[in-house]
Parts: sequence; structure tokens; C-alpha cells
Amino acid sequence: MSALIEAEKLTRVLPETVPVTLVKDITLAIDEREFVAVTGPSGSGKSSLLYLLGLLDRPTAGTLRIGGRDTEPMNERERARTRLSMLGFVFQFHFLLPEFTARENVEIPMRKLGRLARPEMRERAGELLSSLGLGEHLDKRPDQLSGGQRQRVAVARSLANDPPLILADEPTGSLDSKSSEQVFAILENLVRERGKTVVAVTHDLDMAARMDRRIHIVDGKIG
Amino acid sequence: MPLIFDIAITHIAGRGRQTLVAVIGVAVGVGFSIAMAALMQGGQDDFVRQLVDTMPHVDITDEQRTARRQPAEDAFATVAISGLRPRDDRRGIINPTAATSWLESWLPGRFAASLKAQGVIRYSSREVGAAIIGIEPERESGVSPIVGDFVEGSFSALAAGGNNVLIGDTMASRLGAGFGDTITAVSSEGLTRNFKIAGLFHTGTTARDEGEAYVLLKNAQILSARPNAINEIRIKLDDPNRAPAVAHRAEAELGYKAVAWQEANESILEALVVRNVIMYTVVGAIMLVAGFGIYNIISTITHEKARDIAIMKSLGFPESDMRRLFLLEGVAIGAAGSVLGALLGFSMTYALSLVRFEIAATGQEMTRLPIAWSLMHYVIASAFALGSAAVAGYLPARRAARLNPVEIIRGAS
Repeated sequence: MSALIEAEKLTRVLPETVPVTLVKDITLAIDEREFVAVTGPSGSGKSSLLYLLGLLDRPTAGTLRIGGRDTEPMNERERARTRLSMLGFVFQFHFLLPEFTARENVEIPMRKLGRLARPEMRERAGELLSSLGLGEHLDKRPDQLSGGQRQRVAVARSLANDPPLILADEPTGSLDSKSSEQVFAILENLVRERGKTVVAVTHDLDMAARMDRRIHIVDGKIG
Repeated sequence: MPLIFDIAITHIAGRGRQTLVAVIGVAVGVGFSIAMAALMQGGQDDFVRQLVDTMPHVDITDEQRTARRQPAEDAFATVAISGLRPRDDRRGIINPTAATSWLESWLPGRFAASLKAQGVIRYSSREVGAAIIGIEPERESGVSPIVGDFVEGSFSALAAGGNNVLIGDTMASRLGAGFGDTITAVSSEGLTRNFKIAGLFHTGTTARDEGEAYVLLKNAQILSARPNAINEIRIKLDDPNRAPAVAHRAEAELGYKAVAWQEANESILEALVVRNVIMYTVVGAIMLVAGFGIYNIISTITHEKARDIAIMKSLGFPESDMRRLFLLEGVAIGAAGSVLGALLGFSMTYALSLVRFEIAATGQEMTRLPIAWSLMHYVIASAFALGSAAVAGYLPARRAARLNPVEIIRGAS
């Protein structure tokens, strides 16, 4: 069985006057149910790698297969569709839509995918948020929630369409230690209990040590 | 699409104050465009209306476009004849009954025949030169510029018969005569006749108020010793714009000079073309300024939402959804602003129409601002606002949607 993510010689160069190489010749494979940390100093290119894996950015060279499918020939619409159904993102900042309630934020990806009926979406969003301890905050808007709560809403949103792969970019980077621990436990739980694959960029080495596997990036290369 | 629609509604509703400012911005632009267009066009229409109302739309007189050929010129094939004593033709429109019944058969409007003779009005040793105009009151009332402008007496006094005359108030004061006094009219033939002043009018046209005296047609015919003669047929049409065609037809059939009001006022109408250009330039400039204001407000909102565009893209929304979303928001704000602006424009136009002020030192004439009520103003102003709003929503959204979300996500940290 093929791996969930297969990257071969993935390279991303910014076409500035002096070209900047963000990611260079990265070859890796990540299997299902893996809990992977991407570590490295700031500016090493670990976030850039994550954006490439998440189809938010296009590689300059190399190939990337997600779920066995080559992403190279996909157009913008197909890439968006893949993000919607296969991937979930959690960023350092929650990046919730500020005008919508927690539940609506979780419902939006479901409504875009349109696989469920409206009442089911509503129910599922409520369940997801409740399972992350936010059962009492369903109808609050992001500015009425604490940092940790917002981040948990973001995790719930990433799970909205039940994607096999969750990509997290410094998910605990802007949280205090208690909330960090909470969010980490949730991510770990996703892998152990729900069978997800989680790839998290972090510079917290303690946290990385508790994950299944560590990919260390230095100057855009695996080091 | 319903999802995009929902998001647009929530976006707009969620930013109450910002939305309100944007809608008011659009409304002010639309409202002022409408009010200014109403005022400019109103002034224009009023000017033309005054021009058209004070004069006949077509004026047929007993003149010819070219001088009549003398019999000698027909009799001898010569290069030039000098010392010719011209034949004295009978003046006036020949066979007036035939002319009037012919006009009656097809004319889309009203007409009145009259005899205009130069003469002098005399009262207590004062004299004023005047055009003595003989009219048939029933026909004249459909054509005359003076019917509604009486200061004392009324137009119908003439219909009652007898030796009555209607003169302008300025002429009366120059003569020192008042309502009910008897004046003497002297024609160029040297005949005199006494008339009682049965009405004083004030039209606001000095030449008319000072220099015209209206009497019954038969009295004018007696005074100028031209029984049954008329020398002018004045026509008012239902549609003043058809005047040139009517004039052409009348001239071709009757052989007399028929002048449409457009021909008589060519220089003024030429000036009007310039005014028109100025009007459209001013209204266009106002709309352009309003359009830029609208563009500014809505594109600012869209720019502020660049982060939301990046978020939604990362969630799996394609670029086309983002463009559609902000186009929808721009159009929604534009539509709300247009509706509000139409109301604002209507109220401002109404308020302007209530403004009254005095013209002329006499203080007699009260005038309102001329206002044109036209649905077209509302349609054009709204369409323009809607268009600017759509462009203002679409263009920045297109740029933001094309942008790599990574750049915005990175920029946020």
C-alpha cells in the first residue's frame, strides 16, 4: 500500500531578482496514522514545506503525490477540491472567519463540499466542537473566545470533512503552556483514536520528542 | 452559490458600521447625481419651454421667401430692367378661408388667423407706437401667449364684442391710461377709432407688454382699410418638435413664408447645444466623482478582507468563489446604496422644487427652481453606482484571489 504523502525532490524557489530557495530536494513519505513533527530553526523552510504538502503553494520542481494521486497536473480548482476533502489545516493563528460563530466556521467547509444535508452538518459541527470541549461555546463568535478555545475551533474546522491528513503550522505557537498541552493532546488523540495523519511544524523540541517521527529541516533540506 | 450568498450576507451584516458608511457613501453619490441632473435638465427644459411658449410654433405671414417677379420681367427677356415702378399688390394672405379650412383638415394642433397692422395708440396727448393685432377670440385663445397673464380684466372681454382693446400694463403706464379708459388707435392708413381698455396683461416679455394691442379682427380690418384680409396665421402644435415639418408643408401648399420656431431662434438653439454639452459634462463629472467614491469605499472593504480570502482558499474554496463572493458584496452594497440614493435624490429634488424666489426688481414674479422629474435620471445614476460597486468589489477580489494564500498567512504572523 502506498503512503499517504509521497514527495520526491520537492523544490520551491521564489523567483525574486536574487532567487530565494525555500525548500530544496526534499524526498519523504508519510504513512497513514503517523504523527510527524517537522522541526528546524526559524527560516529553515519548514513552514514552506508544509504549504507545499498542503497544496497551498506549487513546487518549482519535484513531484508530490497525495493519497496516491499526482498533484502536478491538477488545476487550481482540483487543488482546491483536494484541500477541501483530503486536507485539514491548523495555523499558528486561528484564522477563523470573524463574522461567523464557532459552529458556522466548522460548517463552512462542509457546506462547500456539500456531502451532507444541512441538519447533519449542523449536528456534526456540534459534535466535533463538543468532543473538543467547546459544547458550551457553539454560538459564540471568535472574538468571544479565548486563544486556546479559538485554536480548538480551528482544529474542529480542519476535521469538518473528515480528511485523512491534518497539517498544523505551529499550532501551539501563540498559546500559553496549559492551552498548548490541551491542543497537543487533541492532535495526538486524532492520530491514536481517529486514525488521522498529523504533520505538525513546531520549534518546541519537547513536543516534537513526544511525536512518532521528526523531520528536521535546515536551510530547506532534510538535515 | 447559496453558501457564497450566505457568506456575503454575513460579511455585510457583520460589519454594521462599515457597511452603513459604504451604503451611505453610495447613496450620497447617487442622490446628488440625481438632484443635479434634475436641476440641470429642469433649467434646460424651462428655458426651451419659455422660448416655445411665448411664440407660435409655426408663423405663416403674407411674405414670400424671394421677392415677387414683376410682370415686366416676365414679358421681356432682358438682363436688367431699371426705373421700374413695381406693381402694388394687394397685401395679406389671399383667400384666407381656403387656407384656414385646409389647415383645419390636417393640423395636429391649433391655429389662429390675425391681421397685424402698425399704428399708434394715443391717450391724453401721449402716443405709443404699437402693433395693432386683430384676432378672433375663440381661435386665438388656443394660441395666444397672453390669455393667462391678465393683471386686470380678462381675455374673454374681447369676445363680448364692441370696441374693446387689450394692452400690456407697461404700455398702459406709458400712456397714463388705466383699466376702463378709452384710448384712440391710429392706423398707418390714417384712420382712427376709439377703444375701451377691457384688459391689461403682463407677460414678462417687454416687447409684448409695451408694444402690442389686441382688438377684434373686424375692427383691425376696418382700421387698416383691408376688409376680410388677414396677414398672419399662428400655429401651436401638440408636439413643438414637429414644427419644421408642419412649416415645410404649409409653405409648400400656401406659398407663403412659414417659419418654425426652431428657424426663428436658430442662434439661441445653437447656444442651447453648447448648454447641453455643459450639462452632460457637469452631470457626468458628478457621476464620475461619485463612482470613484463608491469604488474607493468598496475596494477598501475588499482589501481588508484579503485575509479572509486566504483563509477560505486554504479551506478549499477555488478562486472563482472568492471573486463571486466579493462581486456579490459590492453589488449588494451598491444596490442598497442605489435604493437609498434614489430616495435621497428624490427628497433633495423635491426640496429644490420648493425653493421660491423673486425675479426682477418689480418683485411681482415669484419663480420656483425649474426641476425635471425623469425616471431616466434614477435609472442612469443607479446603474452607474451599481457598475462602480461591482467593479470595486470584483477587481480587488480578483487580485486577492490570485494571490498565493501563503503570502497572506505568513504576513499575518
